[in-house]
Amino acid sequence: MIKFIFKGIIRDRSRFLFPVLTITFGVALSVLGYCYFSGVMTSWIQTSAKFESGHLKIMSRAYAEIADQVPNDLAFIGAKNLTADLKKDFPELIFVNRIRFGGLFDVPDENGETKAQGPVMGLAVDLLSEESPEREMLNLENAVVRGRLPEKHGEMLISDEFARRLNVQLGQSATLIGSTMYGNMATANFTVVGTLRFGIAAMDRGTMVADIADIQAALDMEDAAGEILVFFNDYVYREEEAEIIAETFNAKYSDENDEFSPVMNSLSSQGGMADTMGMVDSMMGIMIFSFIAIMSIVLWNAGLVGSLRRYGEIGVRLAMGESKGHLYRSMITESLMIGAVGSIIGTALGLAFSYYLQVKGINIGSMMQNASMMINDVIRAKVTPFSFVIGFIPGLIATFLGTSISGIGIYKRQTSQLIKELEV
Amino acid sequence: MENSFLIKTKDLVKTYPVGHTTLFALNRVSLGFKPGEFAGLVGPSGSGKTTFLNIIGSLDSPTEGSAVVMGKNVEDLSHKQAAELRNRSIGFIFQTFNLLPVYTVYENVEFPLLLLNLPPKERKEKVMKALEWVRLADRAKSKPAQLSGGESQRVAVARAIVKKPSIILADEPTANLDAENSFNILDTMEELNHELNTTFIFATHDEKVIKYLRRKITLVDGKVTKDEVYEQKNSKGDI
Repeated sequence: MIKFIFKGIIRDRSRFLFPVLTITFGVALSVLGYCYFSGVMTSWIQTSAKFESGHLKIMSRAYAEIADQVPNDLAFIGAKNLTADLKKDFPELIFVNRIRFGGLFDVPDENGETKAQGPVMGLAVDLLSEESPEREMLNLENAVVRGRLPEKHGEMLISDEFARRLNVQLGQSATLIGSTMYGNMATANFTVVGTLRFGIAAMDRGTMVADIADIQAALDMEDAAGEILVFFNDYVYREEEAEIIAETFNAKYSDENDEFSPVMNSLSSQGGMADTMGMVDSMMGIMIFSFIAIMSIVLWNAGLVGSLRRYGEIGVRLAMGESKGHLYRSMITESLMIGAVGSIIGTALGLAFSYYLQVKGINIGSMMQNASMMINDVIRAKVTPFSFVIGFIPGLIATFLGTSISGIGIYKRQTSQLIKELEV
Repeated sequence: MENSFLIKTKDLVKTYPVGHTTLFALNRVSLGFKPGEFAGLVGPSGSGKTTFLNIIGSLDSPTEGSAVVMGKNVEDLSHKQAAELRNRSIGFIFQTFNLLPVYTVYENVEFPLLLLNLPPKERKEKVMKALEWVRLADRAKSKPAQLSGGESQRVAVARAIVKKPSIILADEPTANLDAENSFNILDTMEELNHELNTTFIFATHDEKVIKYLRRKITLVDGKVTKDEVYEQKNSKGDI
C-alpha cells in the first residue's frame, strides 16, 4: 500500500507540489530563523562575556548591587592575591582583572589648551604582561585600525570613530579626567598609539583601552580591581557548570554580612541577562508554535482543496470496500511522505541560507547607533546540530495536523450517495 | 430455499423527506437473487433502481424491511463491516468508469487486491488473469487517459471481477459507450457470468443491456411491477 501511495504522490504533481512548497518554505524559514537567533544569542553572549560579564564575574557584594553604575569606590583591594588564590582553586578557569571607568577625554593643542573634549568609557585590562590572555581574548590586534597596541606604560588605544570625531592623531598626548576610588578628582596623561574598531556600536562611540596598572595608578586603585572576569578554558559558556562554580565559590569566599567580601555571579544572572535569554527562548518557542499553527491551517486548507479534487477517487475507494479508517490513515501516510520531502528540502535550504549568513553575516551597525547592547555590528547565523531538526519535526507535525483535520471529511462522507456522486 | 439466495430483500422501504412530504424511493420491495443470475432492474429515472443497488451494495441501509446480502443483514452492519462485505464480496461498475487517473491499468485493477492484503505474486497472477478476461493484458501499463471509453469500462469490469466477488452491481454500465463498445462489454460480462458464476445485477434503462438480461425486474415509483425470467437468449441478447 505504501508503494501504491508513493506512486500516486510522484505522478500527481498537484497532489504534492503545493504542500511540498508550503512545507519547504515554512521549514526553511524556521531553520533560518532559529540559526539567526542562535547567531544573535551566541554573538551577544560572547561579546558581553568578553567585554563586560565574563562567563562568571567576581565583584565585591556592594559593587555587585550597583554594578551598572561602575562604582569603583566599592572595588576590591588585594585583587592580585585573590586572583592568585583562585587560579589554584580553579585551575581549569581563566581569571582576568578589569577596571571599567568613565571620565572626560581631553585633547590639548600645542599650547596645552583644550582643543577637543568628550565623555569616554574606559576599559582597563592587562595589556603588557606576557602571560595576559587579554590581547587575544579581546581580539585587539585585529581591531586596530591605525597605529599599534601599547608596548609600555602611559600608552593607550581609543576607538577610531572617537579619534576622528575629536581629531586625535597618533602619538598625540591626551588627558583622562576622572575620579579616584576615594572620590577625588583624577587626571592622567596618556599617549594615543592606536585606534580600534570594536564592531560594537556601544563601544565604537567613545572608548579608551589602557593597561590596568596605568589606570590603577591614575585612579588611585593600587592593587584594586572593579571586577575579576572568569572564563572557561575553551571560551564556551556552559550555564549549568557556571552555576555550580558560582555556588562553590560563594560558599567558600563570600560572606553575606561583609559587603566587601567577593561574590561570584554567572553570566546569565547578571544585568537581567537571564530574563533576556529566557525571552529569546520563549520567542523561539512562539516562532515554532506559530510555524506549526500557520502551516497546519494552510495544509488543512490544501487538504480540503485536495479532497475536493480527489472526491471521485475517495468515493471509488470507499465503494470498493476500503474502510474510512484505512482511507484516513492512507491519506495521513501520504501527507507524512509529502511532509518529509518538504521538510528535508526546507531544512537543506534553510541550512544553506544559514550557512551563507554564518559566513557573510548581516551588518546591523546602522540600527545599533544609539544602542548600549554589547553585540557585534555584524550578526552571523549559527548552524548547530539542533538546526537540523528544528524545522524537520515541526514540518511533519504541521503536515500531520493539517491532514488529520481536513481528512475528518472522509468520515462525514455519506456512502449512501456514492453511486449518484460517482455517476457525475 | 431461503439459503440459496445470495441476496434477499423483504418489504424493503426507503424513504426520503422532501419538504413536508415523504418520498418513497423503494416501497415494499421483496426480491431474491441466486448465484449466477444475470439480472437487471429497469425502469424510468427515479424508479428506485440505484437506491436498490445502494442498499444491497451495503452503501445505504433501508428505512424499513430487511436486506440480507451473503447472509448478512445490511442494516446491522457497522461502517467497517459494510466496507469488509463490499471489499470481499461485491464489485461495482459505474457509468463513468471511475478509474484512478494517476495509476496504470494494472494498478487500477490491482487496487482491490491491495485492500485484501494479498501477497504480490498472487496479486500479479490475479490482475493479469482479469486483464486477459477483458482482453486488455497488452494495455496493462497504459494510463486511463490513453484508453478509449470501451477500454476504460473493460478495465472497470476487470477491477470489479479481479477479486472474484460473488456479486457485481453495475449502474448504467453502457450509458457512456457507443453501441459496438456496449455489446463488447456486455459480451465480456456475460462470459464472466458463465465462467465464474458471478451474479450480475444491473440498473439500466438501456435497451442494449436489457436484451442481454436473463431476468428483468421492472420498477415503477419504487415498486416492483414485473419480474420476468427468460430461459434462453443468444450472444447478442436476442431472446
